[in-house]
Formats: sequence, structure tokens, C-alpha cells
Amino acid sequence: MEPLIHIKDVTLAYDKEAILERVNLKIFQQDFIGVIGPNGGGKTTLLKAILGLLKPIQGELIFSDLIKKEKNPFGYLPQVRHIDKKFPITVFDVIRSGNLSKKRNGANKKVEKEKAEFLLEEMGISAIKNQAIGELSGGQMQRVFLCRALISDPKILILDEPDTFVDNRFEGELYEKLRVLNDKMGILLVSHDVGTISSYVKTIACVNKHLHYHLSNTITNEQLEAYNCPIQIISHGDVPHTVLKEHSH
Amino acid sequence: MQELLELFTYDFFQKAFLSAIFASISCGIIGTYIVSRRIVFISGGITHASFGGIGIAFFLGLNPLLGAIVFAVLSALGIQLFTHKAGIREDSSIAIWWSLGMALGIIFVFITPGYTPNLMSYLFGNILTVTNSELWMMFALNVVILTFFSLFYRKVLYIAFDEEFAKASGIPVALYNYLLIILIALTVVLNIRVVGIILILSLLTIPQATANLFTKDFKKLIILSTLFAFLGTISGLLISYFANIPSGATIIFTLVIVFGLLRIYKYFR
Repeated sequence: MEPLIHIKDVTLAYDKEAILERVNLKIFQQDFIGVIGPNGGGKTTLLKAILGLLKPIQGELIFSDLIKKEKNPFGYLPQVRHIDKKFPITVFDVIRSGNLSKKRNGANKKVEKEKAEFLLEEMGISAIKNQAIGELSGGQMQRVFLCRALISDPKILILDEPDTFVDNRFEGELYEKLRVLNDKMGILLVSHDVGTISSYVKTIACVNKHLHYHLSNTITNEQLEAYNCPIQIISHGDVPHTVLKEHSH
Repeated sequence: MQELLELFTYDFFQKAFLSAIFASISCGIIGTYIVSRRIVFISGGITHASFGGIGIAFFLGLNPLLGAIVFAVLSALGIQLFTHKAGIREDSSIAIWWSLGMALGIIFVFITPGYTPNLMSYLFGNILTVTNSELWMMFALNVVILTFFSLFYRKVLYIAFDEEFAKASGIPVALYNYLLIILIALTVVLNIRVVGIILILSLLTIPQATANLFTKDFKKLIILSTLFAFLGTISGLLISYFANIPSGATIIFTLVIVFGLLRIYKYFR
């Protein structure tokens, strides 16, 4: 099967300083990839290359026809810490900003508004529709940004640390939601919380200047070391030596 | 009251009244964009840099506002160029253009033979001496801004809120940024006659701060700041006329008082 995105021997750099070197990765429709790695290791940089925000200095990204024919093939949820919390914009407008269909006629607008209403309903945040973005809690804000990412019916959902500033309950809900969404779209999820995402993702990409693709959702400390991918160890459960759940071959 | 109505029969007052309306609309819209996007300092740089154009125009015997427009647009583009292409920190490149413009202005005003009569009105504004041609230019600017914002309102809003997301969605962000910075430059320069180079920033920020007390929605912010700007300019205009004090400064003072009173009102409510 043809991958939606084929990242082929790609090197990414800011001001000629390479952040990621010779990265290879194929992303398919049914994928749910957890992207982990230390701060500054290049996780966000990788996402930016996929989104077309950063041109590779070497290698290429090959998109399938399914991706190319869409105007908005990616649903993007950026890190919330970059959002200006004082910006005068309502939740409803933020969600609608995810949909930029070329023709903005009355019918399209109506569909867009209905879609936004539907997503608000589905995330259980209809009540905050007209509030300003700065008045929300961390969990509410992440829900809003998830709605914005989903309104364009993306082929691939790209999430950059959607678990920052949220409580445990929302985190669980979010990952359950992603699992359901995964039936319809590929998902790329950057997270610090390796322990929690491991039970939801299907595969793991360890990113630290290089990318090591791990075709399983379980990974041991030794493997992380072998991948040269030191990450903050947050142990969940009572298995102190493994970061994620143990292999059960 | 009689005296007030009589004012409207005077030609100079009709012009002042119209410029107050035009200034309120252009500053209400552009100011909301500037404040939301936190680029007040860039706008300050552009404003002060335009003084260089005024100085050179004085020296060459041209229309000072035309010189100011050229300098404002050049410095707006120059700041972008310095920041994004030459790798100079943004606040430093703003300061460089800011002071370069002022310096050139001072040099050329100094070497211009004779007395430069209107210099003060460019620095501090004088809404009571706005000319017909300036009024037409302000009108044209208002038409351009209103058209631009009604056609591209959503894109402007989305870019201002989250530039990277807009870029990822395929909006030509750089193009919009350049167009908007040019609109800022034009707004600043054409409103110089109302409150002057030194004071124009206030017309772009105080009404917005006041409006922000009541709404956090971009569109409502535009409408409310336009209203507050109009309230401030008109009351300032009348006070300055009757008390015989400089109009620009009076307008700013009125705007601040209105903001202060409403802020206190919000606090106790």
C-alpha cells in the first residue's frame, strides 16, 4: 500500500544547524504514531516539515495523491504555550479558523458553522462557544484546538503535546477520542508522557537528531538507550525498570 | 448650546469634524489589529521614522505628508527586512528605523532655509487646520481599509491569532503581513494631522484598551474602539476649542480620562 506521506532521507535545519538528520518514515492512513524524544530533539521540527512550514535542506517529502488533492489534508494542534491567551477571539471563531475552504459562499459558511456546532457538542464544550480563548482552562483550550484541527476532516491528525496543561481525566478522554478517530485518519502524536500514550499508540518514533522507528507500542529502557533517545522517565505502575509496558512475546 | 451649533457652520470645524470621523474609523480598525497582534512598538517605529520624510519634503518644498508616506512605508518594509533577512533582533531594528527617521527629519528641518511654519502641527497635530486634500486622502484610506477588512476579515483574524497555523493551512501569510504593515503605515501618516507624530500611538491603543474592558471579540473590539475613538476626538476637539489649548494633546487626555473612568466603573461593578 502506498503511504500517505513518505519522508525520504530528510535533513532539517534552522540557520544551517541541522536539527534532524537523514530521517526516514512512512505514514499510512491507519497509523497511530507516538513521537517521543528529549526537548530540542526535533519532534516539533519534524511536524513542521510535514506541515510544509519548514523546507528540508536535503531529501524530500513525498505525498500521496490522496493528500495532494486535499486543500487542508492535515489537522494540526500546535503547542498551546505559543498561543496568545489575551488575543480577542471567541472559541467559535477559533474552531472555524481550522476550515479554509477556497470558496466562501453562503452554503459553505452554513456547513462550516454546523460542523463547528457539531464538534463543540461532541467535545462537550457547547457552553463555552462564545467565550474568549483566554477565559478557558487548559483542558477546555485543548478541546477547542482539537475541534479546530478536526473541522477540515483531515487525513492525518498532527498533535503537538495535547497533554500539556490538562488534568488526568481529560487526558484519558482525549486519548480515547483519538483511538476512535484513528479509524478514519492517521495520527501523529508528540508527547512527553510516554507512559500514558503507550497504551493508545500503535508504533513509536524516537526522535533525537535522528529518527528510530519502533514498530510496537512497547519499548524498554535498553531500547531507548540503543536509540540514543533519553527521555524523562515517568514510571506508571509498579514496573520500575521499564518506561513502557513490557514486551509480551 | 447655541455656540456649539454655530460651530458647525464654520468651514474649519466641519473639516475637523469629518477628520475626527475618518480618524476614528481607520484607527479603530487598524489599532485593533495592532493591539491584538502586539505590534504597537513596530507602529511607533513607523510613525517616528516618517518624520524623516517630513523633513526632506520641507527641504525640497514638497508636500510633507507625501514625504511621510514614503518614509513610513519604507521603514515598515525596512523593519521587516532587517528582522527577517538580516537577522537583527526585531526590537533593535525598530529602534534603528525609529531614530534614523527622527535624525534625518531634524537634520533636514535644520538645513531648510527660513522658518518651517507647520512643523509643530506635524509633531503634535492640529485637527483644526486639516486641509481639503488631506481630508480626501483620509477618506480614500478609510475606503481602502474598510474594503480590505470586509473582504479578508477572517484571514486577517486567523493570521493575527495564530500565524503558524494559518501558514500550515495554506494562507499566503507573508503577503498579508506586508499588505497590513503598509496599511498601518498609511493609517499612521494620514492621521498625523489629527494628533501628531508624537501622539498618534495613543489613538491606536487607548480606544482599544477601553473597548477591551467590555468585549474580547475582535469584531466588537473594532466597533467599540471606533466609537470610543470618536467620543474622545470630538470631546477633545470641543474642549480644545473652548479652552483654547492644543487639540492633539487634549484629545489624548480625553481618551485617557474616559478609559480611566470606565476602568474604575468596571472595577466597582
